[in-house]
Amino acid sequence: MADKTVTRSHLTEAVYQEVGLSRNESADLVEAILEEISSTLSGGEPVKISSFGSFGVRMKGERVGRNPKTGEEVTITPRRVIVFRPSHVLKNRINGNLGGTPGPAL
Amino acid sequence: MTKSELIARIAEKNPHLFHRDVERIVATIFEEISSALSGGDRVELRGFGAFSVKRRDARIGRNPRTGETVRVQEKHIPYFKTGKELRERLNGKV
Repeated sequence: MADKTVTRSHLTEAVYQEVGLSRNESADLVEAILEEISSTLSGGEPVKISSFGSFGVRMKGERVGRNPKTGEEVTITPRRVIVFRPSHVLKNRINGNLGGTPGPAL
Repeated sequence: MTKSELIARIAEKNPHLFHRDVERIVATIFEEISSALSGGDRVELRGFGAFSVKRRDARIGRNPRTGETVRVQEKHIPYFKTGKELRERLNGKV
């Protein structure tokens, strides 16, 4: 535990085991789903997956940052970023397993 | 887009699949990610992003309504970092 990285191939394998599709087609579907989410977000539309979480798109204005290596000041251009808000179901599940009961909502 | 809209869009593009199979595929993917995170594992989907679990130490908090201090236990929160390709697509570089 805590030293494994799950990748596309694990998701493909899970889909292959769960539904009676070939490994190739399972891989294509995993890709198609990630692509559908990516293109929706790229179009500025949020994606809400119940009992998992939601992905939103937020605009960040221009700001002055610093190159951590050189210490040089640089202007960071305005950009769009994705914010992921995990659902309570997912948060509770993670805390149920990793210790630390879901504390009082503060 | 909600989960059911995602399912509908995928089903539309894959007319040879039963709608309930598409439902199961979508459910399986999110279940797999959730169960990996619950076990403390990372999920890395190149180009899309990576999910990980971060620990938040126990702290003394305050009830904002009453001002009362409360002990907040250590907890773990899921975190998503957008992948390079998706980050570039969001900003029109692809």
